[in-house]
Amino acid sequence: MYAFEVERPTSIADAVAALGREDAQALGGGQTLIPTLKQRLASPSVLVSLTGIAEMQGIRTDDAGLLCIGGGSRHGVVAKEVAANYPGLAGLAAHIGDPAVRNRGTIGGSLANNDPSACYPAAALASKATIVTNTREIAADDFFQGMFTTALEEGEIITEVKFPVPQASCYIKFEQPASRFALVGVFVAKFADGVRVAVTGASNNGVFRWTEAEAALASNFSPSALEGLSASADDMIADLHGSAAYRAHLVGVLTKRAVAAAK
Amino acid sequence: MPKDTGIGASSKRREDVRFLTGNGRYTDDINIYGQTYVHFLRSDVAHGRITSIDTSAAESMPGVVRVFTGKDFEGIGGLPCGWLVTDKHGQPMKEPAHPVLAQGKVRHVGDPIAAVVAESLAEARDAAEAIMVDIEELPAVVDMKKALESGASKVHDDLADNLCFDWGFVEENREAVDNAIANSAHVTTLELVNNRLVANPMEPRVAVGEYNRSDDMSTLHTTSQNPHVIRLLMGAFVLGIPEHKLRVVAPDVGGGFGTKIFHYAEEAFCTFASRQVQRPVKWTSTRSEAFMSDAQGRDHVTKIELGLDADNNFTALRCLTYANMGAYLSTFASCTPTWLHGTLLAGNYKTPLIYTNVKAVFTNTVPVDAYRGAGRPEATFQIERVIDKAARELGVDPIKLRRQNFITEFPYATPVAVEYDTGDYVATMDKLEEIADIAGFAARRAESEKNGKLRGLGVNCYIEACGIAPSKLVGQLGARAGLYDAATVRVNATGSISVMVGAHSHGQGHETAFPQVVAEMLGIPEDQIDIVHGDTSKIPFGMGTYGSRSLAVCGSAMVRATEKIINKAKKIAAHLMEASEADIELKNGQFTVAGTDKSVAWGDVTLAAYVPHNYPLEDIEPGLEETAFYDPSNFTYPSGAYCCELELDPETGKVTIERFSAADDFGNIINPMIVSGQVHGGIAQGIGQALLENCAYDPETGQLLSASYMDYAMPRADDVPFYAVDHSCQTPCTHNPLGVKGCGEAGAIGSPPAVINAVLDALNSGGHKVEHINMPATPSRVWAAMQG
Repeated sequence: MYAFEVERPTSIADAVAALGREDAQALGGGQTLIPTLKQRLASPSVLVSLTGIAEMQGIRTDDAGLLCIGGGSRHGVVAKEVAANYPGLAGLAAHIGDPAVRNRGTIGGSLANNDPSACYPAAALASKATIVTNTREIAADDFFQGMFTTALEEGEIITEVKFPVPQASCYIKFEQPASRFALVGVFVAKFADGVRVAVTGASNNGVFRWTEAEAALASNFSPSALEGLSASADDMIADLHGSAAYRAHLVGVLTKRAVAAAK
Repeated sequence: MPKDTGIGASSKRREDVRFLTGNGRYTDDINIYGQTYVHFLRSDVAHGRITSIDTSAAESMPGVVRVFTGKDFEGIGGLPCGWLVTDKHGQPMKEPAHPVLAQGKVRHVGDPIAAVVAESLAEARDAAEAIMVDIEELPAVVDMKKALESGASKVHDDLADNLCFDWGFVEENREAVDNAIANSAHVTTLELVNNRLVANPMEPRVAVGEYNRSDDMSTLHTTSQNPHVIRLLMGAFVLGIPEHKLRVVAPDVGGGFGTKIFHYAEEAFCTFASRQVQRPVKWTSTRSEAFMSDAQGRDHVTKIELGLDADNNFTALRCLTYANMGAYLSTFASCTPTWLHGTLLAGNYKTPLIYTNVKAVFTNTVPVDAYRGAGRPEATFQIERVIDKAARELGVDPIKLRRQNFITEFPYATPVAVEYDTGDYVATMDKLEEIADIAGFAARRAESEKNGKLRGLGVNCYIEACGIAPSKLVGQLGARAGLYDAATVRVNATGSISVMVGAHSHGQGHETAFPQVVAEMLGIPEDQIDIVHGDTSKIPFGMGTYGSRSLAVCGSAMVRATEKIINKAKKIAAHLMEASEADIELKNGQFTVAGTDKSVAWGDVTLAAYVPHNYPLEDIEPGLEETAFYDPSNFTYPSGAYCCELELDPETGKVTIERFSAADDFGNIINPMIVSGQVHGGIAQGIGQALLENCAYDPETGQLLSASYMDYAMPRADDVPFYAVDHSCQTPCTHNPLGVKGCGEAGAIGSPPAVINAVLDALNSGGHKVEHINMPATPSRVWAAMQG
């Protein structure tokens, strides 16, 4: 770790101002950033902690019926508080990392980092969520732009995430044996006007929608609708833990299982 | 009724009180006034020539005390290898130099190039980044067979090639084995990999070097399993410091698993540098450094052939193994794939003819050395996998095939130079069938299949050679040290006892188990007895803890020393009671005179020894302290039978272990609870090897791909089942006074083949004709195997 200063703003406005400093870096729960700093792979001059901002905490349902989760909400809080409202999302949050991770890591931090193996991007994309920042609202379909890349501008902060609540949903993760991140994770969300299937962990381009499966499930929301359908292995990640073909295969298996378990 | 004290009692581990309450004192807890910190600049390429090192900028950085490079170690010894292997042509193995800091070349990712000693660790790290190193990168050799091809890049320029040795054993049997294989009714052939592992003790390595000018004394505090061995190797071979001027202390050590046996560059560096800068020098390994500097384990590539006659009796076994040495020869690297491996190839079976050829190869990878089991897991995996494959090919029951070929008469001289003193392989297999409920497997399989899962059952036996080792024998085989051990029993005036032992406890529970033995012999409470270990200035001598040897060898020395104490105490008691020494009996801490009601207590005798007012000074010296060295006359041969039962998800390839059973014969047992714990831990490591752990290098660049826990999968609690372990089958060792065999490595040796045999059983039950799968059997590998 290199030396750095820490700022702990209590309002979004102060945070935005602090992030204007040279080489400033926003700090959510630090579950990715702190290990990166410890390995001296990043050297920000100032860390701007977003965890003390009351405006970014809390979970509510807005007038349009959207589930609105503050950007600074920890995974453990989401797992507990949305269990009744949105069990698919709660189940996802409840299985990120371990208790220590869930008590530090935040939804805003996870989405902003857009790790190709993270769980939350699949939920946001499948739920057709809206990512709210200090300056604008971004549709999930526009937000994720490839591995570790998002639509966020320099210094832009995710203040809230708005989730339409599907009629039925489920996230199933097949864990990479060492890190227990998603080797492949599939989030299935069934809405009145269609089905969305988002896949994390598998692609070199980060989280993506499996549109063929969405089309098949739209008319028949059952595992049998996916018979004969297979995800393409073309852009899949190949590494120590699985070939591209294996990941593509898992996409099919997990989608079926998620459909079967969706509630 | 189970005993509540002494031999056979499950006494609670007294050391756990301090470990579990955060009061352990580990090497990193040692901080000395005036201490400096060292950070090592390590190679980030696997193979290269150092064309220049410029430390000038680093030297002027804040807090820097001194920057060292390989130049500072010119004329100083390299790290030695403790075992000379002679190859099949009678030639000694190749022993390339192993410098403390790289000289001229770097040979693996993590090879230390320079070291910065500074006032703080952060300053040392900052300065290390300012060192300018130019490295001309060379092609890396990673794959062993490619490393032996002509024209391969050479790890060591001064050697003809990358072959360390080409060992044949038993060379005289080679032709007979070839003939027997050629004439066998059936030959089963199997090619397999014993995967490379990273030991990953919970506590990373630490070294603190300290030099006292006033008495010219150097002290090294280090995370070691054997402080005297480090003193010997570092003092005599590397730094040239005589024993009486060098103290090595290994305090509480958080796990070793073999990787803390060896003498490492960082230990020599901290000791050397503390003399140079005249201040203490401390190094604490990060977990990332541990991945690229702790000696790694296993890494064998093997072809094995088993011949059987028409009645399925084993006729001969022939093996060819490529054993990876890594870039340098670590302390015991050469004996692991040879004498700790070849001599175990008979297993539990009366195979009359055995030959193995082991080619040890240098590669641009981290050095490989002994890891829990060391050679014996590799031997067991080969034998037990090829037997299972033979059973499948012949359509016979794998348990029946094993039983048919068991050695049943003891002592048994194997065709691979060792003699098993005792054992009862039928008894452990009977016990296994009972505790694993093998009879109920078919019903459990049917239940799994109803749920769309495949269920597999895998069995294997194992034998190991522990209690290392008879010095005369190992000397003939190339060991450069004796392998006895020592203990001093110091009885204090009031009767309490300190036992100074050469064995080092780093998780094994010696501080509990060793006093149980002395308490039993003297009839006094266990809490009157303490163990002292881990400091060359306190203990008489010791070769340390590895190879499941502590109780069998050091414990035997302790028994011998305690016997001397009893003999002397009886003389004192006889004097006090004015009786004949021959009539004195010691029971429950009381000395009595046979046939009389006379008695004196243990404490009266010990007090007399130190306050010798009424004492036979004309016959014996005052005081009550005795030392014994014990050199075993043979290895010990623990054995057992293991069973793994698992479910396999045919859609994903994921394996879940449902049941794991172990029936072991460890001979006599001092503390059954500790023995069970040792078996549990060993099985967890074996399951880790079989299903999860994979130390992988990029085959082209030699970069370590599994360099952190993000990619190196350690077994977690939910990866292992509850175990059924049994050690009621006991054939005591015939040649040590306790009749003990050792239990530390059994679990890690006995479990990997059971797991893989079970995976293959599950796959074949589902119609997948898979003959072998290499470890770790990860979901992706299992799935790929199912695709054909």
